Amino acid sequence: MTLSDVQPRRRSRLAAAFSRLEGPQTMGRGPGFWAGFLIVVALASAYPLFSDGYTVGNTVYFFTWTFMAMGLSLIWGYGGALSFGQTAFFGLAGYTYGVLTINIGAEYGFTLVALLLAMLVAGALAALIGYFLFFGRITGVFLGIVTLSITLVFERFMAQTAGPQWAIGSARLNGYNGMSGMPPLTIPWPSGDIVLYPDVTLYYVVLGLVVLVYLGLRMLVNSRFGNVLVAIRENPERAEMLGYDIRKYQLGAFVIGAMLAGLSGVLYTAWGQYITPSSMSITAAALPIVWVAVGGRSDLTATLVGTLVVLGGFQALTIYGSQYALIVMGALLVVTVLVAPEGIIAAIAKLPARLRARSQKGEAV
Amino acid sequence: MEFLTSIFAAFYQFGDAFAFLVLSACGLAIIFGMMGVINLAHGEFIMCGAYVTVMATRAGIPLPLSILLGSLVAGIIGIALERLVIRHLYGRPLDTIVATWGVSLIATQGTLIVLGSTMQGVGTPLGSFVVGNLSFSTYRIVLIFAALAVLGGLYLLFNKTRFGILARATIQVPHMAEGLGVNTRHVYALTFGLGAALAGLTGGLYAPTMTMVPTMGATFIVEAFVTVVVGGADVFLGTAPAAVVLAVVKAGMTSWQGQLFGQIALLIAVVIVIRLLPRGISGFILKERA
Repeated sequence: MTLSDVQPRRRSRLAAAFSRLEGPQTMGRGPGFWAGFLIVVALASAYPLFSDGYTVGNTVYFFTWTFMAMGLSLIWGYGGALSFGQTAFFGLAGYTYGVLTINIGAEYGFTLVALLLAMLVAGALAALIGYFLFFGRITGVFLGIVTLSITLVFERFMAQTAGPQWAIGSARLNGYNGMSGMPPLTIPWPSGDIVLYPDVTLYYVVLGLVVLVYLGLRMLVNSRFGNVLVAIRENPERAEMLGYDIRKYQLGAFVIGAMLAGLSGVLYTAWGQYITPSSMSITAAALPIVWVAVGGRSDLTATLVGTLVVLGGFQALTIYGSQYALIVMGALLVVTVLVAPEGIIAAIAKLPARLRARSQKGEAV
Repeated sequence: MEFLTSIFAAFYQFGDAFAFLVLSACGLAIIFGMMGVINLAHGEFIMCGAYVTVMATRAGIPLPLSILLGSLVAGIIGIALERLVIRHLYGRPLDTIVATWGVSLIATQGTLIVLGSTMQGVGTPLGSFVVGNLSFSTYRIVLIFAALAVLGGLYLLFNKTRFGILARATIQVPHMAEGLGVNTRHVYALTFGLGAALAGLTGGLYAPTMTMVPTMGATFIVEAFVTVVVGGADVFLGTAPAAVVLAVVKAGMTSWQGQLFGQIALLIAVVIVIRLLPRGISGFILKERA
């Protein structure tokens, strides 16, 4: 028994929340881990000093995807519900951001309002779909193929919006060519608005968001909600017998994951000032699955590290042609599932403990 | 006369949608029904069948034989895939779906690299016929009969042959079947191969009507998924009735609002059906309420 179990009431709520930064549902605890965490954040913060604005702006591209990956880790890794629809929420939020900002503009910090609204729209769609799926007790493989079908039909719908009649206000949807010309994120500031073009400032904003979302999700999965979610993944019937309405927990995780995918969509759209239906294609929909599966879906840290590593590798391979890179991604997915089902990064992270256990066993014999 | 023509046109569209749904879904449904596995590379087996069919036809082999050849090649690849990947993942349905997605990525992009982004197709054979003042494609009628023939053939296969009996025994109580000396691994491999061969057959049948691109499999999978979800685990009690219901929805919406709205209507239908009948139509027929 640890201290936190014995005297929970004496400490303030804030301290209780912080104590959830580590717990049974996340790898990494103790001063060693957090020292490493601070070093990584410090290195990431120092990176723009050793690089030029253009390269730093391109690095932001990697970070924009991590929110979608962490959301998928929450739904799939922690909740045990395999959603293939992450890119639908990504695209929906991206288009929503585009439509809102093209029509209303970037004044008075409206882009930030648009970001929140786009995330809410993605969350609302997830709540609607999730209501039918989870309250219809759809689980396992059907959940995956229904969410994938929704994504593909949404892609096809957006791809045929080429004509001038497909416009919302002054925002043309432009079919397969995609929507462009939306303003980047803009922070209102007394001495003139800060426009976040892909440069150092945007890098710090997005890096801050990554750290915030990562720590926030760590607290979430180690809270009561996260523990119930894991209990549902391990054995839905048992969780239900213990009195939890598993549908509500799964729906909650699904909506949070969708909103994170929406955050990725908005940041991607604002970063490139561009969104196309192909960001929801079957190939695009497979990529988050690859990142999360290869990293280690049932741990946030492994997911985050895995996503960045796989994205970096993918980008490096793309210079030979994206079709070769995609073949490597497919092979990586098959090999991961066959050889290291819990994820390659997670397997590596657990290796020292496993070796120690083995050597202790050896001594005992 | 005009009234009769529009009735015929409605039936034709319904039949066309029905054939498309049955043929898209049957391979997926067999594999899902027998093994509980969703094969996300289903679309790529369809693509494989279509490509083999077109290549064989252009090499001078008559179209019906080419279609059978496409089906055969897809079936053999299916058995190989079962040996290499699927076999290791039984009892882990979510992992299977993920692994087959990886296979699907490899197959699509590999085809793109090897054969390029498009391939010259073969024209739709058999021409057209006229009813009233409307013209209809004869080949579409052939496809409708092909769908019915596939359903009939599967019924005979599962009810009248030794393989069918062993397969049904394996699906009902795998351990008992094993105990009685059925080589269940063999049955699973053949079932997966059968599902892949049916997908290849679908590809071959639709190849003359489609543009040959490596991503053509994606055209079929939404319909296939939706039909299997609505139908549930049984091909005859699920897939066939589901295809009838969904074909009405699809044909109605397609002729009213266009192809895309046909698909959107299918999706809405499936979401409503799973809310009401979580185990699909076959579950409802078998009174297997959740």
